[in-house]
Amino acid sequence: MYSKDGQDYFVVDSHIHFWDGTPANQANRYGEGFLNCFYDYHRNLSPEDRVWSLEHFQRQTEEQVMHDLFEEGYVDKAIFQPTYLTDFFVNGFNTTEQDGALAERHPGRFIVNGSWDPRDGEAGLGRLEQLAERWNLQGVKLYTAEWKGDSKGWKLSDPWSYRYLERCQQLGIRNIHVHKGPTIYPLNRDAFDVADVDDVASAFPQLRFIVEHCGLPRLEDFCWIATQEPNVYGGLAVAMPFIHSRPRYFAQVLGELLYWIGADRITFASDYAIWTPKWLIERFVDFQIPEDMQSEYGVLTPEIKKKILGLNAARLYDLDVPAGLRLPSATEPDEAIGSEPAPVAPVAP
Amino acid sequence: MSATTASRAASPPSGADAARAGGNPAAGPVPAIWRALDAVVDPELDEPVTELGFVTAVSVEDRVAHIRLRLPTYFCAPNFAYLMVADAYEAARAVPGVDAVDVRLEDHFAADEINDGVAAGDGFAAAFPGLAAGELEELRITFWRKAHAAEQERVASRLARDGVDLATARLRDAPDTARLRRRRERLGLPAGDDAPLLVGDDGAPIPADALPLRLRLARTTRISIEGNSGFCRGLLSTRYGG
Repeated sequence: MYSKDGQDYFVVDSHIHFWDGTPANQANRYGEGFLNCFYDYHRNLSPEDRVWSLEHFQRQTEEQVMHDLFEEGYVDKAIFQPTYLTDFFVNGFNTTEQDGALAERHPGRFIVNGSWDPRDGEAGLGRLEQLAERWNLQGVKLYTAEWKGDSKGWKLSDPWSYRYLERCQQLGIRNIHVHKGPTIYPLNRDAFDVADVDDVASAFPQLRFIVEHCGLPRLEDFCWIATQEPNVYGGLAVAMPFIHSRPRYFAQVLGELLYWIGADRITFASDYAIWTPKWLIERFVDFQIPEDMQSEYGVLTPEIKKKILGLNAARLYDLDVPAGLRLPSATEPDEAIGSEPAPVAPVAP
Repeated sequence: MSATTASRAASPPSGADAARAGGNPAAGPVPAIWRALDAVVDPELDEPVTELGFVTAVSVEDRVAHIRLRLPTYFCAPNFAYLMVADAYEAARAVPGVDAVDVRLEDHFAADEINDGVAAGDGFAAAFPGLAAGELEELRITFWRKAHAAEQERVASRLARDGVDLATARLRDAPDTARLRRRRERLGLPAGDDAPLLVGDDGAPIPADALPLRLRLARTTRISIEGNSGFCRGLLSTRYGG
C-alpha cells in the first residue's frame, strides 16, 4: 500500500520477473544480447540514482526481490510473468518453477502465472494441465517472439494456439498476458502487430487478454482493437518509466489509453527487475497531465490512479482488497470484463 | 545540417561531417553517398538513417563503397533492419563513381544473414530460408500508410484550429504540405494542389462523417511514431554513447 495526501492506494505490480541473466546461464550470444538489451532499457529510462551495475541487473537475490517489491516498493501483490527463453538461457530466463519456488517461501505475496507455447503441440497441453494444477494458475504469459529451434515465433491465431486457449478456458485460466517481440513467423510480417489479439479476443470472450507494454511500439493498433474488444486490457510495463525520462510522452500514452479504453482496463506494472516499483509508484501518484494537454486528455484523479495501480488487476485476479482501499461501489464496473469503448469525440481543435 | 544531425543522436564519427560537406573532388563520391543515404529511412520511424545516427562510416576504395550501419538494439526487428541495409545498398549503388557496394550492419543478431542476403541480392525470403513467407513490400507499404496518416493529422490539426472545413479542404488550402505530398507520392496517392486534403489509403476523400474517428486514430498513430522515434534515439545513445 502506498499513502500520499490522505489517499491510500492498493498496489498490484502486474508484471514482475525473478530471472537469471548471468553469463553462466547465457546459452549463446542471443542470451547475452537479450540481457544487454534489457539492461539498456534499464539504463536509458531509469533515474540516475536507480541505475544498477550490470552484475546486479543480471541476477537479483531473493532478499533483494523482497526488499525492492515489498519492503520499500509499496507492492501488496506481485504477479510473476514467466519468460522461458530456453533457446537463449541454459536453465531458462525466468520459468514458472523458479518463480513458484520463491512464491512458496513467501505466502500471500505473489501470484504465479504459467506459460505455454503452441509449438509444443499435444505434449504441451498435458504440461499446461500439470502446471495449472501445481501452481493453481489464474493466468499465463505468452511471448510470441520466443525462438524454438528453427522457429522465430508464432501468432495467437495459429490453430494450435486456439487449442491452448480452449484448454485455458477449461482450466479456469482467464488472464492471458500477451507480450510481443521483434520476431514472429513469418518474418516478413510486422512482429509487433496485435491483429491476432483481435481474433482471439473475439473468439474467447470469457478470457481477458492483457496486452503487455499496451501494444508499444504499436500503440495505435492496440488502442484500435482494444476499443472494439471489451476483454482486451493494456498493461503499463515499459510505458511506466517514461514518467521520468519523457513525462509528456508518458502523459500522451496514458491519455490515449484513457481515451480509447478507459480507466478500468489499464494495469500498473514495473517489469521488475528492469525497473523497480518504488519510484514508479511515487512518481505516478504525483503525476498530472500537463496543463496544455488537459483540454484533450482531462486530468488524473485519485480514483483513476487507484484503479490503475491495483484495483483493476485485483478484479482480474479476484484479490481481496481491504475495505479501506476499495472505491465506493458505484464507481466500480459491474462486470469484470471492462468498460465500454470510449465515445468518439470530434478531433481536438 | 551535419552539426545539427550529430547533436540530435549518437554522433557519427568525426570525419563524416567533413566528408558530407563535399565540394572537394579528392573526397571522391563519399559526399554523394552520404547525400544518397539521406533518402534512406527507418521504415518504422520514417526518418533518415543519417539523422537517426544509424550510419557510422562511409568510405570508397577502388570504386567500392563501404558503409557501416548500427541500430538501437541487438534485437531490432530483422525485417526493418533488412530494408535499411537493402535501401542503403541501392542508394549507394546509384552514385556515379561507385561500381560495387558493401553494407555492413553491425552488432545485430541477424547481421550475417542480412548483410550476406543483401549482397547476394536474392531478397529477404532467400536471406532467411524457411522463416519468411514473402518479401517486404507489404510491410513497407503498411508503414508508409501509417506515416501518411500521421502527417495528414499533423496538417489537419493545424488547419482545424483556424476553423477550416476539413471535409472539403484541398492540399492547396494548407501551408507546409511538402512532407505530406512526398508521403502521398510514395504511395501513388493524389498529391496535386487540387487533391483532397484528407484521403484514405485508397486515395478517396475521407467522408465527413468518418473524419473525426479517422483523424483521432491518426493522432494516436502520430504519437506512437513520435514516441518510438524518441525511444530509439535514446536507446542508441545509451548503447553507443552520445
